[in-house]
Amino acid sequence: MDKAPASPLTTYLAHLEQGRLAYQFSPEADAPVFFPRVICPRTGSDKLEWRASAGFGTVYATTVVHPQQGAPYNVALIDVDEGFRMMSRVEDVPPDQVRIGMRVQFRVHRPGGEEPPCPVFTPVAAA
Amino acid sequence: MSGVHARGGRVMPGLQRGGAAIVGVAESDIGAVADLMSPIDLMAQGVQRALADSGLGLRDVDGLFCATTQSRTSAMSLVEYLGLPNAYTDSTIVGGSSFEIHVAHALAAITAGMCSVAVIAYGSTQRTVGRRAASVREYNPYETPFKPFLPASAYALAASRHMHQFGTTREQLAEVAVAARQWALLNPAAWEKKPLTVADVIAARPVSDPFTVRDCCLVTDGGGAVIMTSVERAKTLRKPPIYVLGCGQSITHATISFMPDLTVTGAVESGRQAYATARMGPQDIDIAELYDAFTLNTIMFLEDLGFCAKGEGGPFISGGRIAPGGALPVNTNGGGLSYCHPGMYGLFLLIEAVRQLRGEGGQRQVAGCETAIVHGNGGVFSAQSTVILGTQATL
Repeated sequence: MDKAPASPLTTYLAHLEQGRLAYQFSPEADAPVFFPRVICPRTGSDKLEWRASAGFGTVYATTVVHPQQGAPYNVALIDVDEGFRMMSRVEDVPPDQVRIGMRVQFRVHRPGGEEPPCPVFTPVAAA
Repeated sequence: MSGVHARGGRVMPGLQRGGAAIVGVAESDIGAVADLMSPIDLMAQGVQRALADSGLGLRDVDGLFCATTQSRTSAMSLVEYLGLPNAYTDSTIVGGSSFEIHVAHALAAITAGMCSVAVIAYGSTQRTVGRRAASVREYNPYETPFKPFLPASAYALAASRHMHQFGTTREQLAEVAVAARQWALLNPAAWEKKPLTVADVIAARPVSDPFTVRDCCLVTDGGGAVIMTSVERAKTLRKPPIYVLGCGQSITHATISFMPDLTVTGAVESGRQAYATARMGPQDIDIAELYDAFTLNTIMFLEDLGFCAKGEGGPFISGGRIAPGGALPVNTNGGGLSYCHPGMYGLFLLIEAVRQLRGEGGQRQVAGCETAIVHGNGGVFSAQSTVILGTQATL
């Protein structure tokens, strides 16, 4: 068997570095797979394609974390339009104004230093 | 019929209605324990006290089931500590429901002849050493960057869904904490000693919306043990045997991001398995001991275990229904919210159910208590395990 050339996380982060929210797609299951893995949990197959999300989604669940020190911040679960769910936060809006059902759009957050980029979301402007 | 659940799959080979009994239960020291006590010290203290409760001795024990976040190989440590080199061991760890799963595993081991006297033990010094030191959280590249305050934020996300979908109110969540406190005030061993109101819960320090600190389980030390043996041997011991009538488990996810539906837990499946084996339904249950890590849990588990319809848990618990004197006694020791919560709480649910079924509940005793449902929860609504217990009259 060929050794895996890169871990699923490495590939995911490389896409994020390039500004893409990547996820896997299992052709045999005809379904998205997220978080990224080495095999499809539905079929057991290692045939997984990487795809880039269009970057739009809907808030599925939301909370405001109140740290002992520092300002409250949002943590949310986002249903991405391509059919997978992920943890993230919604920015550019007060944390307690994030609502279930709110349409949101992906952008890359770059914390800098040793920390890898991470995907965050902002409200989609009303059409 | 035993070992078969509604979807046709096997629950667990050897799992049999009333196939083994709980014959001893005890807490170790709980609350804030003496300096430099170890989790294994607390397990051993629980073992000694539970054996005394049963009338058995340490040399009778030939099966050890245990888990703690503070020892990577807790069964090995407990074998060494107790001097039981030939014991059958199982240290399955799936969070707070590990001990309900241990009951199922011990039942299977006893009926398969792998051991004859099984000890299920727990110990934690999380209050003394601090929550971070007691339970080191693994880095998850898909969650940790967003700094959820775990586990509270995971359950808070579920609460946001439950409130959105079903109209569950902030006051209903708070009422769960108030009911738990009312039970705790009847339990001399409980950590919390003062009355609590709905307004107190809502006005407390916010943690992760909608939860305040009063929606969250306590942070205490503690441990204990449960002794199980065969039906034949159980009948020869000090206390009336409490029979294991049914067990079930379902592990649906590990992280909240990948919980299939935040308003439905694996308790639906674990409960179905346990009810099928016990040949009972929720209408047959006298008391419910449900893992209340957060106020939402009690509401969701009452729904998922069939005490009310999905989404109706909020109205169901309101008006004191689950408080002392209510129609359905729930968490009769004060629960993880007000009695004791040393990191993983599942063992304490079993201890309280057995005491109620024996009539040893003192001031908080529920009259005519013959059946109990014990529901353990591990992780972030991840690992669900249900055990149904009953007196001799239910066999």
